[in-house]
This record gives sequence, C-alpha cells and structure tokens, in this order.
Amino acid sequence: MGLPLFPPGDDPGPSFAALLRRTDPITPLLAGTDTSSGTLSVRHGTTVVALRYADGVIMAGDRRATEGHLIAHRAMEKVFSADRHSAVAIAGAAGPAVQMVRLFQTQLEHYEKVEGVALSLEGKANQLGQMVREHLPMAMQGLVVVPLFAGYDLAREQGRIFSYDVTGGHYEEADHAATGSGGRDARTTIKLGWHPGLARDEGIELAVRALYEAADEDSATGGPDLVRGIFPMVATVTLEGYDTVSDTEVAERFGALLERRSAGGGTS
Amino acid sequence: MTMPFYVAPEQVMKDRAEYAQKGIARGRSLVATVYDGGILMVAENPSRSLHKVSEIYDRIAFAGVGKYNEFDQLRVAGVRHADTKGFAFSREDVDARSLANLYAQFLGQVFTHEMKPLEVEILVAELGTDQRHDQLYHVAYEGTITDEDRFAVLGGETETISARVATAYVDGWDLDTALRAAVAALAGPDRTLGAEDLEVAVLARTTGRRAFRRLGVEELAGRLAGHRRGGRGSRAAAPTPTDGGPAPT
Repeated sequence: MGLPLFPPGDDPGPSFAALLRRTDPITPLLAGTDTSSGTLSVRHGTTVVALRYADGVIMAGDRRATEGHLIAHRAMEKVFSADRHSAVAIAGAAGPAVQMVRLFQTQLEHYEKVEGVALSLEGKANQLGQMVREHLPMAMQGLVVVPLFAGYDLAREQGRIFSYDVTGGHYEEADHAATGSGGRDARTTIKLGWHPGLARDEGIELAVRALYEAADEDSATGGPDLVRGIFPMVATVTLEGYDTVSDTEVAERFGALLERRSAGGGTS
Repeated sequence: MTMPFYVAPEQVMKDRAEYAQKGIARGRSLVATVYDGGILMVAENPSRSLHKVSEIYDRIAFAGVGKYNEFDQLRVAGVRHADTKGFAFSREDVDARSLANLYAQFLGQVFTHEMKPLEVEILVAELGTDQRHDQLYHVAYEGTITDEDRFAVLGGETETISARVATAYVDGWDLDTALRAAVAALAGPDRTLGAEDLEVAVLARTTGRRAFRRLGVEELAGRLAGHRRGGRGSRAAAPTPTDGGPAPT
C-alpha cells in the first residue's frame, strides 16, 4: 500500500466507501457477489429494539443467531456503537450486516477525521441508508439486512430513532421502533408500556421485556439464558455518549421480570 | 531550441533544500513532547479551524508545519491509509512507523523528482502502552526520518527552540509542566503566548479507544494561568489531563 494521494479532480473526498472502491483490492464491497443459488444457509440475527427515554435513547437486541432452524450462535452482539453519539443495531443476514456495521463505523470516523467535524445525526442516518440501498442486490437474493439507527442529536438535544427498509428507505420514528423476526411482538410490548419522559430504569426494563415477549413468540429470538448467563445486550446513547448497560444490571431487570411472571402464573 | 545550462547536482539539491527551508521558516513552529500521561503537541497557530495538529488513528496523531495545503494533503492521505489498513486488517495493525516511512518515501520522491519540493515538515506521533513505547517520528521536507524519544521541534528556528526545550525537559513531567515549558520555548524570552495563539492537542493514555484530544481555549487558558500565578498548587484544581473529558475528539 502506497500513500493514497489523489489529483484534485479525482479526490474521493470524505467518503470512506468511495476511497475503498479505488484503493483496496482485498476487501470487496458489500454488494456484487452472486448468491442466486438460493439454497445458501447463512446466519441470521433477529430481534432488535430502540426507544426514546428522558436522557436519550435505549437500544437492545437479543443474542441469538440462527441458521435455518438451528441455533448458530448464542452470544452474538447486534447492538454496536456507530460513533460517540449514535448506535446501530442489526437484524438479518449476520455476515453482511456485521460487515455493514464495520463499514459504517469506519465511514463516520473517517468523515470526522478528514473534515474535522462529525456528521449531523441526520447525515449519519442518510449514510446508513445509502449502504442499505447498495446492499439491495444481495437483499434480492435473500441476504436481507435491516438496521435500526438511533442517536443523541446534539443540535436538537434529544434522542432520535431511524428505521430502515431493504431499499435503504429510512424513516424517523417518533418514540420507538423494533425490527427483525420478533419485531412485531417487541413493538407491541413497547407500544403498551411506553410513555413520554421514561426514566432510564423503566426504559431498560421495557426494552428487556419487549425482547422477552418476542422470544416467547418467535423461535428465532433468544430469551435470557440463565444457565450460561447470557442476557440481551442493552445500550444507551445520551449527551455523554454511547454506553453499554452492564450484564449484571440487565440480569437484575430480568430477575424482577421473571419473578413477577412466575408469581402471576405466566402473565404480569 | 535552447540548451539548458549544466548545473551540478550538488547545486540543484542545495537550491531545493534552501527553497524548502525558506518556505518552512516563514511559518510558525511546533513542539511535541512526551509527558507522564501521553504525548503533548503545541503549535503556535492563531487559527481555530486550520489545524496543524490532527488525529490520524486511535493512537496516532499528525502534526505539520510549513505550507498548509501541502501538509494537509499529507494528513488526509495518512487518515486514508490508516483507515483502509484498519478496515482491511485489524485496528491493532495500524502503526505509526509504516505511515512515517510512507511519508518519508513520498517526500523524498518529490524532493528529487518534482519541480518544487514540498515546503513541509511533519511529525507522526504514536502513543505506546507506556512512556518508553511512545514514538515521535520527525520527517523533514527531503524525506529524512528521525525517531525522537523525548521531544521534537518542527519549523523555523528549531535550534534555539530545541535548546530551550532541552534545558527545561524533565523525564516523566506532567502535562501542565510540559505545556508551560513548550509554550515558553515557542515564545522565547521576549514574547508571551496566550491560549488564543496556540493550538494544543494530546494523545492521552486513557482507557478510551481514541486517544487524541484537543485542549480548548478555556482549558488551555486555565492551565497556562496556573503558571502565571506561579502556583504549583493550582494544578490540583485543574481537571486531570487523562480524564478523557466529554469533548468529542
């Protein structure tokens, strides 16, 4: 690798994806591989949720990855920090999804370093939309990737959530969003429990409960694994930045939830 | 058609070197030094937005003096190189040594083959796991690369400034002491430099992934003010240099 210098008229600018297309022979970009055989068995990540609370946003995801009807991984992470003030969660084909997240993370940091300022939250959401759109050819062949994006908008001083469809269309959600195979059940749970100005504890509990309900109804979503000590991944994004909620705290919330459940004979 | 006059290669090189040195000496200087919590870079730069010191990667920073457009082009190339490498391999595989070598090769190439040498002098700093592993690679306009383990001075008047830093240098000094010494060395005996005239950044050995952090005008003024009152005691009140702070890097 030499020093990547470009003549002024041919400069890729602050876009890392544009740079990669020109310089890197090793890493192929997301799109462009033909997988049309259709019988490919790939790992899938499932349910992720995001909701606004008083200080910002909470994002959570279960830990199960499936390959057809099999469980491929029990402790997969589906919630990532995109940069200091935003988070991205993924559902769909795990391989391309994780690759997309890496590209997205690098893109945001690359832009920030080259330009000297970070992208606006809306700019980040648009960037991710473009990446999902570029992935469309693979999505048409069954390797669908649907992310959720959330962050703290420093200009508006509030948390914001964006959901996506396979074509890269992205839509700002007012208060909460969920996607993946158990997304419907999770969304309903959040819808019933959400109210404006949710405190941090309430928010985490609601997110965890939504994932529990999703796991209850959807075989591809993993519930709390008390035997192995694997719990959903929960993260918050506030003015102070991205922060993951510790396993102990999530375990506590689950403990309370399960206790209420068993006391109520399966309902709470 | 006219025949070009014969010019001895020594003369060509001398003229080019002189041209580059003149260009660099027109700009203001920069001091970088290791301190107990990382690496400090202080530049005399009244601009708030045209930076001389910038972040390249998690633990790597770039500093340049001379012609802004020329060293900024090198900075962007460095960011691109590091990000591509980190993306293709792993974040751990990005190191300052290979980047400094690329810069040296490029500057050497331009110096000998192009019409005009680049009027820049650059520094690639890498934060190690401890002070002994901190690296300062100083690359001159003609591609000479030197590896400093205590401090580096870039720009015009390097000899006098270097001498001042060398006198003040104490192994394992803290951020405030190092900052004041660097500012005093840049200013010289006849001037004082305030927070408004300076651009200061650190690579701080914190737990965070990105070690690069700029010191804002207020923080800088506070740290320098402690000096003017002559009170070493005021240091305790100042926020610790390695707290990471909420400032986005």
